[in-house]
Amino acid sequence: MLTEEEKHEIEEEFKLYPYKSAAAIEALKVVQKHRRWVSDESIKDIAQLLGITPDELDSVATFYNLIYRKPVGRNVIHICNSVSCWVMGYESVLKHLIDHLGITYGQTSSDGRFTLLPVQCLGTCDHAPALMINGDLYRDLTPDIINSILEKYQ
Amino acid sequence: MEKILLPDIKNLHQIDVYIQNGGYEAVKKAYKRTPDEVIDEVKRSGLRGRGGAAFLTGLKWSFMPKNTDKPKYLCVNGDESEPGSFKDRQIFEFNPHALIEGITIACYAIQAKAAYVYIRGEYHNWIQMLQKALDDAYARGFVGEKMPETLGGSFSCNIYIHKGAGAYVCGEESSLMNSIEGKRGYPRVKPPFPAQFGLWGCPTTINNVETISNVPTIINKGWEWFSKIGEPRHPGTLLFGVSGHVNKPGVYELPSGVLLTDLIYKYAGGVPGNKKIKCVIPGGSSMPPLRGDQLEGVKMDAESLKAAGSAIGTGGVMVMDEDTDLVRVLARIAKFYKHESCGQCTPCREGTGWMLKTLNRIARGEGTSSDLDLLTDVAKNIEGNTICALGDAAAWPVKFFIQRFREEFEKAVKPEVSIPVANKIHSMRNTAVPLAEIKK
Ligand SMILES: Cc1cc2nc3c(=O)[nH]c(=O)nc-3n(C[C@H](O)[C@H](O)[C@H](O)COP(=O)(O)O)c2cc1C
Ligand code: SF4
Repeated sequence: MLTEEEKHEIEEEFKLYPYKSAAAIEALKVVQKHRRWVSDESIKDIAQLLGITPDELDSVATFYNLIYRKPVGRNVIHICNSVSCWVMGYESVLKHLIDHLGITYGQTSSDGRFTLLPVQCLGTCDHAPALMINGDLYRDLTPDIINSILEKYQ
Repeated sequence: MEKILLPDIKNLHQIDVYIQNGGYEAVKKAYKRTPDEVIDEVKRSGLRGRGGAAFLTGLKWSFMPKNTDKPKYLCVNGDESEPGSFKDRQIFEFNPHALIEGITIACYAIQAKAAYVYIRGEYHNWIQMLQKALDDAYARGFVGEKMPETLGGSFSCNIYIHKGAGAYVCGEESSLMNSIEGKRGYPRVKPPFPAQFGLWGCPTTINNVETISNVPTIINKGWEWFSKIGEPRHPGTLLFGVSGHVNKPGVYELPSGVLLTDLIYKYAGGVPGNKKIKCVIPGGSSMPPLRGDQLEGVKMDAESLKAAGSAIGTGGVMVMDEDTDLVRVLARIAKFYKHESCGQCTPCREGTGWMLKTLNRIARGEGTSSDLDLLTDVAKNIEGNTICALGDAAAWPVKFFIQRFREEFEKAVKPEVSIPVANKIHSMRNTAVPLAEIKK
């Protein structure tokens, strides 16, 4: 069941479009903001609100990299693994993260604190390598500054 | 040189500063003319799209049907997801009102009552910046119902921000419309073209953020002024995003036709450690790469780059120095396209996977020289055989990296050993393995 707050936030998005179904991505994001990820049950509830079938909504949810259809940790690290970051030292940053957190791509640390995911370019190639934690962008990374960044996320 | 998009004016992103510097005057001027006169001004200016294909903007606007009962739409493309592209971001941050004013003029020209600005979901900060500017513009009556009071005339339009959620293909215009409609971002088969059957089946124009942000200045200063900047066949300034091995990476606004070597050495500060350049991708990751010895005299505009064997794309310039391992660079690029292929067309879906596997094999030191021909073959089979241009975008880097850096790729693979016929058949079965695997 969607909460009143979630419903309200989703309905706000309807104002932008002539058809409710156009708010699909935002609706998924609203639920994800409150619950961290989008479960099968949430898919059914959101689909009903949008007036589309759960299958239709699921095909949207699985299409986009930033919608999580599986549980994630309290903080999600998206590290850019595309060519500009690679050229500028992505691998050493990734290695540091993997060693430090003891997880690799697609995994969540056992304390539920971090999930590590790749992202296809963050549009910040002039400050490569880069990563994003819960929407906060960090740029010009070197392995030695990673730990102090992670500290901020408990 | 006068800058159009990113002038050196402090706090230009604030609405008051924008207005003090002549902001929202162009739209008033435009609304005193007919929509056709506005289209004509943009046509004559020679403005070409900054989203990749460099299509004439005024001409595109003129494709919109005049007599229709259906609502019309403008979609502004700020998906900006191609590796190496990060220029529209600067407009959201430093000159968002030029974009908003440009949208109000474009909407008037094509008589659209609503515009959607599609911004990639990863751009959290920049979405907020544009939203703030948009809220201010609404509050002052430059957008929305109050426009006739503020701007004169009777026209009004709404502008909405539609946020993506991570999918490169949504930058392709028909995929972008599906994504706004709340569907999976699958590109559509064309024709019908967006001007006939676009967003929700209605006439639609799609333009890039940078393209639209040029419009207020064209109206203010006139087509003639604009057409004289830079290369006549691709006039105006361009935003060049320079990244990779340069001392001062960043976004540079320069007249079209600036020398690539000036861009790298004069503006972006040259290569760290004075190393030699091995490779430059001049327009975002899907454009054909140039060798270090091909850069001399190359000008940065659509026609000159075409003549030089590449393309302007989004003006994202990636510089790689002599120590860069190009096999692994290409494998990275191939990985991106494999991941972002929407999977609708067989050549793109299967081909991108096949190319990635082959490149990874070569990167591991297990490739043979026939792999290079195989890669070129697969790339050629994708090119031109798909619904959208993502297929070409995936094929070009593979084809041209191998063609232009053949020596380096040859060094990375083992030579094919000549073997007796019977064994050859056996070995062909081996090479057939990936084929069978990708059919899964
Ligand atoms: C795979 C793919 C991705 C694209 N991504 C973008 C993009 O992020 N931004 C953009 O403006 N155009 C992008 N384009 C080009 C658009 O389809 C379209 O041509 C452009 O937005 C038109 O605007 P313009 O005429 O102002 O250049 C992309 C095309 C393809 C095939
Ligand atoms: S070319 Fe690739 S991305 Fe484009 S529609 Fe076909 S499968 Fe999808």
